[in-house]
Amino acid sequence: MTRDLGSGASVVVIGGGVTGLSTAWWLARSGVSVLVLDKGLIGWEASGRNGGGASHYHSPLFHEEQRLWPQMDTLLGYSTEYRRERLIVAITPEQLKHYRYMAAMHRELGYRVDDLDAQQIREAVPLAGDNALGGIHVFFGGHANPQRTVQAYAWALQDLGGRILQHTPATGVTVANGRAVAVRTARGDLGCDAVVIAAGPQTGMLLDPLGVHLPLACARAEMIVTEPAPLMAIGGVDGNGLYGRQTLRGNLAFGGGPHEWMAVDETGPLRRPTSPLTRNLSRRLADLLPRAAHLRVIRSWAGVVENTPDGRPVIERLSDPGNVTIATLSGVGFGLSPATGRAIRDLVIDGACSFADLDKLKLDRFKDLPADWRRLSGWEADAMTSAAGTRAG
Amino acid sequence: MDGEGRSTGRPRDAASIAGKVKTPEQHFDVVVIGAGPAGVEAAIRAAGDGGSVLLIDENPVGAGLIGLDVPLFYGQRATAAVQNPGRMLEQVFAANPRIEAAFEAGVEVALGTCAWGAYVEGPGLNALPGPILGLADEDKSWLCGFRTLIVAAGARDLSLAFKGWDQPGVMGANALHALLARYDAFAGRRLTVLGSGPLALSTALLALDRGLEIAAVIEVEDRPHGPAALAAEVEARGVRILCSRRIVEARGGADGVERLVLAHRAGGSTEEIACDTIVQAIGLVPAVELLDVLGARLTFDGARGGHVPVLADDGRTSLDAVFAVGDGAGLPAGAEGTDYALTWMRALTETAEPDLIVCQCEAVSRAALLEVRQPAYLGPPSEGMARRRLSDLAADGPVNQDQIKRLTRACMGPCQARRCREQVAMALSLATDTPLADIPLAGYRAPVRPLPLKVLADVEEAAEMSAGWDVWFGIPAQWIPYQDIGSDREARHIEVLGGDMHL
Repeated sequence: MTRDLGSGASVVVIGGGVTGLSTAWWLARSGVSVLVLDKGLIGWEASGRNGGGASHYHSPLFHEEQRLWPQMDTLLGYSTEYRRERLIVAITPEQLKHYRYMAAMHRELGYRVDDLDAQQIREAVPLAGDNALGGIHVFFGGHANPQRTVQAYAWALQDLGGRILQHTPATGVTVANGRAVAVRTARGDLGCDAVVIAAGPQTGMLLDPLGVHLPLACARAEMIVTEPAPLMAIGGVDGNGLYGRQTLRGNLAFGGGPHEWMAVDETGPLRRPTSPLTRNLSRRLADLLPRAAHLRVIRSWAGVVENTPDGRPVIERLSDPGNVTIATLSGVGFGLSPATGRAIRDLVIDGACSFADLDKLKLDRFKDLPADWRRLSGWEADAMTSAAGTRAG
Repeated sequence: MDGEGRSTGRPRDAASIAGKVKTPEQHFDVVVIGAGPAGVEAAIRAAGDGGSVLLIDENPVGAGLIGLDVPLFYGQRATAAVQNPGRMLEQVFAANPRIEAAFEAGVEVALGTCAWGAYVEGPGLNALPGPILGLADEDKSWLCGFRTLIVAAGARDLSLAFKGWDQPGVMGANALHALLARYDAFAGRRLTVLGSGPLALSTALLALDRGLEIAAVIEVEDRPHGPAALAAEVEARGVRILCSRRIVEARGGADGVERLVLAHRAGGSTEEIACDTIVQAIGLVPAVELLDVLGARLTFDGARGGHVPVLADDGRTSLDAVFAVGDGAGLPAGAEGTDYALTWMRALTETAEPDLIVCQCEAVSRAALLEVRQPAYLGPPSEGMARRRLSDLAADGPVNQDQIKRLTRACMGPCQARRCREQVAMALSLATDTPLADIPLAGYRAPVRPLPLKVLADVEEAAEMSAGWDVWFGIPAQWIPYQDIGSDREARHIEVLGGDMHL
């Protein structure tokens, strides 16, 4: 790359995934000069390779997620393909019990969820079959197109004057007198007043030299995609151990099932292969939506996501260096991204999130974590044949 | 998180893939994919070495896939004979006596069987019981283990868009060869051949030998591209080779192509050539899809047809267990390379209307590519979207075909980009002044044949897979509502739901 590195910015965001891009966009909306660095192409990791769900009832950012998604196309000025609502189809009595329990949990949060009987769920999900026992209709949440959303954030950011440097991995954060003063790259340093690290699997590696230990383990998860089917009124359909959606083009994109723990180094995954799991996903999708069983599977894909030990995000402005804010969403960052970006904008500018309590997402909950927690959890890569090697912790 | 790994003694994550991929129901020392000349000979040699050898070939291909232009660009010019699997099978045997020889050499032969996926351990994939091949026929799929895999997948048709190319009767040279020589099921009578390299000239001679009529051979350059002797042989049989021409359009009716309209590149009036078939014989593309899925290292070699595997002298790819032979390992010397394809692409682009569709499955035009236009199903673009151009993306970093795919949907359809992958790469190359070699290969993903869910489905999955299946990561703490974290409700949620909480 001979592209000019240019100057720094008030805020340098490391990581051009949905979390970093949304953060940068929210900062730019507040008039802050902002620069996003990505090691490769924006949204090229889990941000652009996921199920597109936007229904994270467990998150403190849930209410803001629900408030923002319906506005995002207008706010960004670009389509995200967001669509409201979800239907969850049960084909076993145990699934039905689970989904009904979840529905009750959602109602306690103040959202409408209807229990559907077998006939109602078959009517609501035309591709479902006679094996559907019932389900729930979730009137919140929904889904969007991850790839289009990534580009929407990026273009909206650029429209506000924000800058993006692709193929420019950050190699470190320079700290002086307790404050981050620059982000280092192979092509030079970028001066800044504040840093946001939202670099997915690489977040922990960038924090280690600052004396901050963020425990993360990386894994590969897979999805399959069929040729288009006639559009269902609500494309956000889950069930039978799968998550997924019918895209607005009509394709069925579904994932679920086992993940593979893997080693990832500073440069990111060497490959993102899928596995014979394609057949298990196909089977479950054919069982979930029997009227789609004739549809051809035309691709599969895998994404690499990072997880914290409890699967919950870390979103925190550090105390030392005090102008560094870190974020990992632990595998469910896409749907929450509109709200996450706003929360991080608040942390960077105001020091505290104005609309949600994030205290339980702080890093200090892991202070007593054993050093070999990955081994103890069975979260180590299955074999260390990766040329990239692995990292402790 | 519970249980001890049987062999390692270390703790295991019950929801991880470790131990869940079943041992394949079949196993061979050597599997050869593709029963063309290179594949059959490789299989016979391997059998001579004493191991168990399986030779698979996807031919006869089902009529549904032929209609979808998979794996070749058949262009709806197959006769109804392709709907008779028994007859097709006989034809495939009859057309290739060496298959019989392989059988006699002790090779197990499986026709009508495609390889849709292949997996060996490597970065990001370390949970396999061994190297695995995914196979399927019309009704079912299964897994096959191997020690050595020899990919002899041959070459695909290179297709280029011109006005009217999306109607029946526009097809590829290898598809014509398959319908004539392998299936005896070609429905055309009078052909026009595009290109005048060795592929085009030998295609014309084959068609003549089969009693078909060649209306003309068309070249955009000012002289025949192939060897003079071969061109002379074609002309000696009464075929005109029309050089310095440009294609105006293919016109037709309900049954597809009826005539090809041409003009001289220097200008002047148009000429019409009556024909029912237009054969694109501008080039072939090494079929590297399985090699890419496997993670074998590929390199761009335009003279050999584009992206080809990096091979050692013995044909071994960058993966120890995988070899590549034949056209799929790179086209032979003298073949039309990508420079010739680019010459045609430029000539076709010069005169084409911007709304010319390049991706038939997703109806993406050349203009839509250059404007990174959002697909029609999203309705009219926003003001910001309408302003965006390919050049904006090019300014932010090297052009990446996979990125353009995601935005425009070009190459995202059921034909798995067989009709548009190369021409989209060439369009991106020409529009952004990027060498074709620098446009990253749009990645291939399994299944590399479009297979119905019910065919691909693993109906007898491993018990470990069924028992350990979780929607996401099987981390119950992840799904506890925020306000319940640390309360006594947390335990209740986990007890009822375990990790099985849907998003």
